[in-house]
Amino acid sequence: MKRFLIPLLIFIVLVAFLGIGLNLDPREVPSPLIGKPAPIFSLARLDDPSKSMSPKDMLGKVWLFNVWASWCGACRDEHPLLVALSKTGIVPIYGMDYKDTRQDAQQWLDMGGNPYVANAFDVNGRVGIDYGVYGVPETYVIDKKGIIVFKQIGPITEEVLRDKILPLVKGLQTQ
Amino acid sequence: MMKNFLMKRFLPALFLIVFSDAWSNEARPLQENVVVEEQVQRLSTELRCLVCQNQTLADSHAELADDLRQEIREMAAKGMSDQQIIDYLVARYGDFVRYRPPLKPATFLLWFGPFLLLIAGGAGLIVMLRKRQRDMNETLLSTEELNKVHELLDKES
Repeated sequence: MKRFLIPLLIFIVLVAFLGIGLNLDPREVPSPLIGKPAPIFSLARLDDPSKSMSPKDMLGKVWLFNVWASWCGACRDEHPLLVALSKTGIVPIYGMDYKDTRQDAQQWLDMGGNPYVANAFDVNGRVGIDYGVYGVPETYVIDKKGIIVFKQIGPITEEVLRDKILPLVKGLQTQ
Repeated sequence: MMKNFLMKRFLPALFLIVFSDAWSNEARPLQENVVVEEQVQRLSTELRCLVCQNQTLADSHAELADDLRQEIREMAAKGMSDQQIIDYLVARYGDFVRYRPPLKPATFLLWFGPFLLLIAGGAGLIVMLRKRQRDMNETLLSTEELNKVHELLDKES
């Protein structure tokens, strides 16, 4: 009996590890920016190049920072959710249009609705690199002190919004 | 005179230059600064492209990889060391951008895990061999049994 028990146990442990491995998403790379101040930038705004946008302007409030582009298919998926969220007024969404053209981006906002308080225009992706962006859309939750608390890589889903982002935002707002 | 010179010396020389293999050379880096290019090359084979995760920055054609190579090129041109450039990228993308993970508490298991497995396997092997040795000793015949065997054998012959 013992003869078979040990190999069986080893096999079960192995299967358990393989199972865990299968369920991990290799695209979810932990961001080293969590817990660190949001990198400072000053970029021209998408709607008006003469105005600029900087994370400093948002100090004192909890905000979402959504990196998107008109050429990005997954952004299209999450867009209605962002529009709906912006209508609730729970948390302001600021955007950054990543490696895009002003015309395409503006057209996209006109068509799909504009959930953003304002958009920064990162034409060459430089600020994107500072934020460790590698697959748009990416969304950061930034607290009142300008610290990045959470990062969502890929589109926000209803589950992520309901289970992670909204509870987090509400907690941060009472701080 | 001039025409003669052209025909006899200049044209053959030109011919030789144009068609000789002196021109066939390894493709030179497009950028002028060879030292910088070498550094970019060296670093981009050490760093992972995050879009297509199993490729290095040097191998990847993703746009982000282009951007990052350009970023590295500019840092290299500013005279930053390999380590400074790697630190810059790790600060933004995490240790995952490095193909050689650094040695730190979070990666101890990664670095020492194989040796732990080796030690565990070796220990298991020793235990098993000892046990087998013991079992073999047990199966040896006692003197009493041995006498009996001889008795039987003698009877046969």
